[in-house]
Amino acid sequence: MKRIAFRNARLIDPASGLDAKGGLLVENGRIADVGPRLFNDAEPNDPEVIDCRGLILAPGLIDARVFTGEPGAEHRESLESASAAAAAGGVTGMIVMPNTDPVIDEPSLVDFLLRRAAATARVRVHPAAALTKGLLGETMTEMGLLKEAGAVAFTDGDRSVANARVFRRALSYAATFDVLVISHAEDPELVKGASATEGEFATRLGIPAAPAIAEAMMVERDIRLVELTGARLHFAQISTRAALEAIAAAKARGLPVTCGVAAHHLTLNELDVGAYYTFRKMRPPLRSEADRAAMVEGVASGVIDVIVSSHEPQGADTKRQPYASAAAGTVGLETLLPAALSLSHNGDAGLSQILAALTAAPARIFGLPGGTLARGAPADLVLLDENEPFVVDAGKLRSRAHNSAFEGRKFQGRAKATFVGGECVFDAR
Amino acid sequence: MTSADHSPILRSKHLLGIDGLSPLDIVALLDLAETYVVQGRASDKKTALLRGRTLINLFFESSTRTQSSFELAGKRLGADVMNMSVKTSSVSKGETLIDTASTLNAMRPDILVVRHQDAGAAELLSRKLDCSVINAGDGAHEHPTQALLDALTIRRHRGSFEGLVVAICGDVLHSRVARSNLRLLSMMGAQVRLVAPRTLLPCDAERFGVEVYTDMKSGLAGADIVMMLRLQLERMSGAFVPSAREYFRFYGLDREKLSVAKPGALVMHPGPMNRGVEIASDIADDVQVSLIAEQVEMGVALRMAILDALSRGMT
Repeated sequence: MKRIAFRNARLIDPASGLDAKGGLLVENGRIADVGPRLFNDAEPNDPEVIDCRGLILAPGLIDARVFTGEPGAEHRESLESASAAAAAGGVTGMIVMPNTDPVIDEPSLVDFLLRRAAATARVRVHPAAALTKGLLGETMTEMGLLKEAGAVAFTDGDRSVANARVFRRALSYAATFDVLVISHAEDPELVKGASATEGEFATRLGIPAAPAIAEAMMVERDIRLVELTGARLHFAQISTRAALEAIAAAKARGLPVTCGVAAHHLTLNELDVGAYYTFRKMRPPLRSEADRAAMVEGVASGVIDVIVSSHEPQGADTKRQPYASAAAGTVGLETLLPAALSLSHNGDAGLSQILAALTAAPARIFGLPGGTLARGAPADLVLLDENEPFVVDAGKLRSRAHNSAFEGRKFQGRAKATFVGGECVFDAR
Repeated sequence: MTSADHSPILRSKHLLGIDGLSPLDIVALLDLAETYVVQGRASDKKTALLRGRTLINLFFESSTRTQSSFELAGKRLGADVMNMSVKTSSVSKGETLIDTASTLNAMRPDILVVRHQDAGAAELLSRKLDCSVINAGDGAHEHPTQALLDALTIRRHRGSFEGLVVAICGDVLHSRVARSNLRLLSMMGAQVRLVAPRTLLPCDAERFGVEVYTDMKSGLAGADIVMMLRLQLERMSGAFVPSAREYFRFYGLDREKLSVAKPGALVMHPGPMNRGVEIASDIADDVQVSLIAEQVEMGVALRMAILDALSRGMT
């Protein structure tokens, strides 16, 4: 029986509200015991003892929005390289989007991903399958068979389903199997060709831009369809106050909706695009400062359930382009935790609340084991130093792609060691 | 060999739906149909009850079994039967239907059997024609003779309907068979369940006094009768159901799903079947559980009973 004793830790378990000094015992990959008094009476007498030296021991992060290049674009990111970046960021589970080549819209492809992950990845990989075949927004996928194969949710990734009839039927069908649908909320026609948020700044730069309401319009439509069909819907990443208010109202009415926000929409605004800095071109684009502040408020108030990296690897070929032609997206697995912790350092949200949005909340919404320090849970853990200052050096990121929107950014707090099923997958102590 | 008593059975001169029939009407029709089951099994199957009468089969949708069933029923009762299959154009359907009606009316038929893709078509014709109109299926509205022949089949095996648990499974949304059956069976005291993915369930189905299930095994648990519906090919390629293989996995009737029904549960299907989509071949062909062939036989007898009953009001 393999045992690891963590002692002298600050235990934070948002799922139970625990925040106390104490210890944690791992047996055979699961949490066997945890608590403030563990190891108080006697030093653990185990083959492996980890002295946490007062650092925070928390459930490993679950990143609910990760794009990789496997299958089809492994030169940008493989499951292996993404998982190395994840481990270095304290992420022990990642939900991977189906926007690959081929698209993950077949039970056999979910099976393939899970087998590849088991063979190559250091962290847990949870496939999200396509909601419509080929991500074309026309015909729904085999949600029952895909769920049986291991898909944890259904989404067209970074595409919205424009056709309300198709989306309505897909939601009805999803409700039949009680599976979660993830929506990317942007009116596709309204944002076509745009690479920024409409406003003074985009006008000055002369960048094609779309109005911020393109997001709330889709959120409001989707909420109506949730009300009609009873399906569970998660908005992958919202970025505007209008969307936040629509979701808050839907939640108040008891509708089964949840939402996420990307770390970059909590920490950057449209002005950070600066002089056509393509690494900060996103979908949805960076928003006004008022909208960024609203996102921070949303995390603090709990209307926003999860914080995601929206990790999207791009190569020099797709990013070293004039702004309008460059691809959108940023890598983010390794900067998710530091960026989220900035809310705590700024006094905008409590540490436990931020960690809840990175652990317990995604575990609950996606029905995953983990995200908690409870006895019997998988020993997916992160040991983190919430105060360690560092500067992001994109060249040193483990991700195969280095398109970080946070290049050069100063952060405080990072993962020092990461454990998946009790196995150490990253160690920077 | 007909019912000796020729007193009227139906109050209406038309049979447009199960709506409009009372439990007494239904029992009387089923009793009358029993005499035609006997007649259909005799070597001389023909009588002269409807001699001189004209029956027109007017089918705007293709049909094999319903149309031939009515044709045979009419011929066995001695009527002159004419089949009209009308290929509809997409334009001005309403006008075409009324024009057709007045043309037919001039031929002075006694009974018109009509099938149409639009709900309410039979009702419209019944107002424009002088003869009796039998609805042989209108859109997703009603198919009363199918429900009656199903009831006849069930009654012959179970004696009565009171307390029977009947699970109607599959494409309820588009099914007139399901609507007529749930009306009839509920009226006769059976407990009806609908089993389908949400995409194939009509809105507010619960308000028909039925139980609704999206998990087939839960819906079949303890059922006396499992009534499968046909899933049309164009509805299994993405719009309502993602694929035939997924449909069969979750909503196709196989031995495993049937095993949760009441021991001795019987299986019905209005036909034509999609084997391997809504029903496994071995169940469809198992004479111990499948009533599918018997439903066809009962169809002819039941339709003879309808023609008899409607003719009693004619002068």
